[in-house]
Amino acid sequence: MVAELTKNERQGALVILLALAITGLAMAAGGRGDPFGVHGALVLVTAIVGIFAVISGYYAPEPSPDRLDSYYDTPTKFGIIAAMVWAVIGMAVGDWVAWLLAYPEWTFDAAWASFGRLRPVHTSGVIFGFGGNALIATSFYVMQRTSRARLPDQLTPWFVLFGYNLFCVIAATGYLMGVTQSKEYAEPEWYADIWLVIVWVVYFVLYLRTLNRRKEPHIYVSNWYYLAFILVVAMLHIVNNLAVPISWGSAKSYSLFSGVQDAMTEWWYGHNAVAFFLTSGFLGMMYYYMPKRAGRPIYSYRMSIISFWGITFFYMWAGSHHLHYTALPQWVQSLGMTFSVMLLVPSWVSAGNALMTLNGAWHKVRDDAVLRFMMVAAVFYGLSTFEGSFMAIRPVNALSHYTDWTVGHVHAGALGWVAMITFGAIYASVPWLWKRNGMYSAKLVEAHFWLALAGTIIYVFAMWNSGIIQGLMWRTYNESGTLAYSFVDSLVAMHPYYIARAVGGVFFLLGAIIGFYNIWMTIRTASQDEAAQNTADRPVAEPAVGVPALQPGE
Amino acid sequence: MFGFHYRLERKTIGLVLGIIGVASIGGLVEIAPLFTIHQTVEDAPDMRVYTPLELAGRNIYIREGCYACHSQMIRTLRDEVERYGPYSLAVESKYDHPMLWGSKRTGPDLARLGEKYSDDWHVAHMINPRDVVPESVMPGYAFLQRTELRTDDLGKHLKAQRDVGVPYTDDMIANAAADAYGQAAPDSPAADGVTKRYGKATTVRAFDGKPNDLTEMDALVAYLQILGRLTDAAHKPVATAEKKP
Repeated sequence: MVAELTKNERQGALVILLALAITGLAMAAGGRGDPFGVHGALVLVTAIVGIFAVISGYYAPEPSPDRLDSYYDTPTKFGIIAAMVWAVIGMAVGDWVAWLLAYPEWTFDAAWASFGRLRPVHTSGVIFGFGGNALIATSFYVMQRTSRARLPDQLTPWFVLFGYNLFCVIAATGYLMGVTQSKEYAEPEWYADIWLVIVWVVYFVLYLRTLNRRKEPHIYVSNWYYLAFILVVAMLHIVNNLAVPISWGSAKSYSLFSGVQDAMTEWWYGHNAVAFFLTSGFLGMMYYYMPKRAGRPIYSYRMSIISFWGITFFYMWAGSHHLHYTALPQWVQSLGMTFSVMLLVPSWVSAGNALMTLNGAWHKVRDDAVLRFMMVAAVFYGLSTFEGSFMAIRPVNALSHYTDWTVGHVHAGALGWVAMITFGAIYASVPWLWKRNGMYSAKLVEAHFWLALAGTIIYVFAMWNSGIIQGLMWRTYNESGTLAYSFVDSLVAMHPYYIARAVGGVFFLLGAIIGFYNIWMTIRTASQDEAAQNTADRPVAEPAVGVPALQPGE
Repeated sequence: MFGFHYRLERKTIGLVLGIIGVASIGGLVEIAPLFTIHQTVEDAPDMRVYTPLELAGRNIYIREGCYACHSQMIRTLRDEVERYGPYSLAVESKYDHPMLWGSKRTGPDLARLGEKYSDDWHVAHMINPRDVVPESVMPGYAFLQRTELRTDDLGKHLKAQRDVGVPYTDDMIANAAADAYGQAAPDSPAADGVTKRYGKATTVRAFDGKPNDLTEMDALVAYLQILGRLTDAAHKPVATAEKKP
């Protein structure tokens, strides 16, 4: 990896790592006796390891100028492996906590091992670890191809990927030590948030730099979605995480907002983390990998325009449907409900556009499990956006809110849509990236597909059942006009569904482990087949004849 | 329209500005007025701030992720009001940085938990929930009983709270650590300072049954016992804000 950097980039890497080491040292010194100091030590050690790695490769020969004739894909390879590692960790912890709800004794008498601390490790592990790495990795791949331009340099993509994973590690280890802001899906504390802003700005600038080098006059639709993902996540992240730390040596901070304003800000963030992290970016992924794999062009250019701007505009109003019947003013609730229902239009336009793209390629869907992953993802996208709009209707929400139905809905989207499209995209790109004819085992891809689909369906049905039963039991009255069930009655009724849900989780986790093994074996099996060398897969050289194919900025 | 887009999608900056503009509108319309419209949060003149011990307990509640399974927001629905008590008002979480309304009830709502159960019940429940509720799936928190509460930085906590808008006085900030100790040690001289600064109605008890040790259990139980009791606005027949001219 260091060998791929130019001399200047190696020096730049050393400067960045040195600054990081000094920051880590200051944090460790200032935060003694606090988790803040532990994280300082973690940053320091990471930076020192990085410095050693760069120094050990410092005197290696510089990369040859030939590299500029091909795309720079090593960061994408790293990102895909990181995504799979986080997938296995995040899903394993998720399944463990699912079992804890059925059998609360299956843990240790230790603070870190309780449900409340492990749950955010699961949510952040799968959303930010698995989803985030997959988004960054595929965005590097897609923006280069659709722009026909190489990444502008070799150092920035590594900064983005390593920086982002450092954020994920700080987040996950922090939860185990009890460091959390308690804002759902924005749990990391102030210093991790600041670090993520730095990484994110560099990511955004890298994206713009690559787009500006493009040899295609038009920016492809995938890039609109990736851009919306990067920009809006930055907006949400900065506003929702505004906080005052109690000191520069403590992990603890207090949110700038309180009560009802905080609730609205948090769910404006929370719902749009779903929109722009878990939808927008993955739609970008779908718009590239699905037509590529199916060998069909996108069905409708106009539908992609309508759905893109519809999603970007409507989603931002929908967050208040998380707060129906609460102390949030009714007018905000009504706006949230209205826009949530309208949101169905652009969502189904997207899902429809994806499925219509498969017209003429349905025989491939039958034969190719990779394409089937993507097709099922589009179907689940359609289903869960319909369910979401439905649950945002106030009287429906009266029943569904606070119950497992919400959990089921989230997982229909997260397992059925986000994870399926990601696995599809990863299975498609691994042979392309490592120049193989195909995956190590098509049968294992098939096995993963059925395990993932079965796991999702078991999970979602279990949570629909438990959620609706819960909601009904809480509001049932007996003949004398008093509540028929105590809270504990409803808890006991959940037990079989909690077991079923955890079993569904095992299926899904098993699929992910098989996928990881299959990817690993594909990489290890060295079959440098000439047929796999796609000569068309390279950036467009400068048109002037006789001039070296150097690109601006080199 | 599509012709315009055909040109727009050739301009990176055009796309970037378009996305920022289109995505900003919803948040601006829905969130900004919540800070300016007075009726959003009711008036409650009797509302008091959390004592340092209660605030420390609240931070333990946050640290352990209790909000993942317990809401603190009773909705305006008949069955919720009958099960949990009067529906929650915005003013009741006015000093909550951040709010803990929650989104899921794996366990029951806690908005009106304060003084519903005894301290002894809470301590036993925290050590092993299944000792008092056999069907419970809640984790045990026995370690709270054996962990000493950190009080040396409580002044900084109150100071940061004041920076974000909670009306703590200099006196409260200066005596934060002593007040935390005093609230769990009713017979100590420090106990008087607590009622002097936070009001006579403030509960001063040995929450975990041991007045000499100040543990995390003391703090958490003190917090659980104040839930829904910072103001009695929710128990009045009509929210006060509606009466204003």
